[in-house]
Amino acid sequence: MNDMSAETTVTADGRKIGGVVMEMKNITLRFGGVVAIKDISFDIREGEIRAIIGPNGAGKSSMLNVISGFYHPQEGEVWYKGQKRPPMKPYQVAQQGIARTFQNIALFEGMSVLDNVMTGRIRQMKTGLLAQALWKGRAEAEEVENRAAVEKIIDFLEIQHIRKTPVSRLPYGLKKRVELARALAAEPSILLLDEPMAGMNVEEKEDMSRFILDVNDEFGTTIALIEHDMGVVMDLSDRVVVMDYGKKIGDGTPDEVRSNQAVIDAYLGVAHD
Amino acid sequence: MPDSVIFGMEVFLNGLMAGVLYALVALGFVLIYKASGIFNYAQGVMALFAALTLVGIMEGQVPFSHLINAVLGTQVHHFGWHVPALLAVALTVVVMIALAWIVNKLIFRHLVGQEPIILFMATIGLAYFLEGFGDVMWGADIKKLDVGLPQGMNSAIDDVTFGIFGYGFFIDNLDIVATLVAALLVAGLVAFAQYSKHGRAMRAVADDHQAALSVGISLNFIWVMVWSLAGFVALVAGIMWGTKMGVQFSLSLIALKALPVLMLGGFTSIPGAIVGGLIIGVGEKMFEFAIGPLVGGATENWFAYMLALIFLVFRPQGLFGEKIIERV
Repeated sequence: MNDMSAETTVTADGRKIGGVVMEMKNITLRFGGVVAIKDISFDIREGEIRAIIGPNGAGKSSMLNVISGFYHPQEGEVWYKGQKRPPMKPYQVAQQGIARTFQNIALFEGMSVLDNVMTGRIRQMKTGLLAQALWKGRAEAEEVENRAAVEKIIDFLEIQHIRKTPVSRLPYGLKKRVELARALAAEPSILLLDEPMAGMNVEEKEDMSRFILDVNDEFGTTIALIEHDMGVVMDLSDRVVVMDYGKKIGDGTPDEVRSNQAVIDAYLGVAHD
Repeated sequence: MPDSVIFGMEVFLNGLMAGVLYALVALGFVLIYKASGIFNYAQGVMALFAALTLVGIMEGQVPFSHLINAVLGTQVHHFGWHVPALLAVALTVVVMIALAWIVNKLIFRHLVGQEPIILFMATIGLAYFLEGFGDVMWGADIKKLDVGLPQGMNSAIDDVTFGIFGYGFFIDNLDIVATLVAALLVAGLVAFAQYSKHGRAMRAVADDHQAALSVGISLNFIWVMVWSLAGFVALVAGIMWGTKMGVQFSLSLIALKALPVLMLGGFTSIPGAIVGGLIIGVGEKMFEFAIGPLVGGATENWFAYMLALIFLVFRPQGLFGEKIIERV
């Protein structure tokens, strides 16, 4: 790790931002002949809200899938907590403390809200299969403990009233919130949000923004999120990476990014139309 | 009370008991289907293989003895020891878990995301392979299985019913044991699926692979676990059927009787497998009792399939299955 990572800064609203928790180094991802991500590097620091933005097809989701282990880049390195990460399966990445949500919502539709959020605790539950099957030893105490943690998150995200409802019956906005709750239940080191506001109306977007800010503020959770709606992102995030056609065209605070000519061109279509 | 009603009651009770045995086989199907969407044609053969292995271990048979003798010119058949029933059951469980691991490693992890029909074909292949493998490993002769379960007429029921009706009901002790075991098994499985971490993970995998991965669930681990559970259920079914009819290769055919049970109960419901089994068991015995004499008997061979066919027309998802809703 370099010296930069040890540095702690305090934001204008009093939140602490620590060292680098994840660093992407020269990531290149190809699907056959198509280059989805081309030689991109950036870092995520502890406690910050980091956004990755860009027009449709810029490679944002691919980047998130690289971080969460669903895709494996052909070139480049992923450094997590000061160590180079070997190629990993998605479930191993999750067990390391990187939780995520999906653009198209991937909840367990047949299960209740409570059960969905409980699955997020799997990382914290350590009892073996035999103890679980026989309901012996720590298994019961552990279930109770984790249940309490889950109830806290359910309260926090204001979904108490639907705890027992099967997820398939919920409207879209609430499903997104349940998915956030499940990811949060893992007490992740990094929380990845794939278009958390996609397909929402203005009111739902405002709710979601508030929850993202509250989560970051209350639990100090490091959040990396993807959005194509620039307005929302600028209000939320501490630092922003801008991607276009698989390349990084900007990186910095919202103000810096806003005044970046390449970013303006990409969004207004000057350079490409 | 007229005699026919009393006989009918006895037939009804025996039907319930037979139904429990069908349900035991159906249960194994439901477990794998729920967790992986695979209709495991090999479930019946797994019950046979489990029973063969159990007898083989108990009797101290040398596995692959025919093959060994043929190749090496030796004459080994038995180790010369007898393994106590409980230890033999434990060892068989280990064998079934190993089988689950191998089946997942060699076959199903390579077929992730394939069409259900492809997966089904793979299980047919597995069924024939396992049948042949069991034959080579343990020999094809009919074997007696006795793990110490009580058998024969239950005299208490005989006495009580004789006292009431003046006619003693014949209820096999083995059937009563099977009923108790099945009840325990179902209660255990339901509790495990609903309230434990691994049970929740199992349901999660059944529901959405991607989401399951994202919360840190290893799909392979869950699949091996589910196949192991199905192997365990197969062993229980194998013990019951093997004790009743001897361990023979026609045991694998009982899997066919599980099909109508599943069509009634629904492929995705554990309680459904039990209720479906009971309905088929009672239905075919009562039908044989009431209608059989009029049509020359042997209705037990086709009644279950007939009932399943009627269900397919009017309620294709079964009694307890998830409702099929087509969005247009």
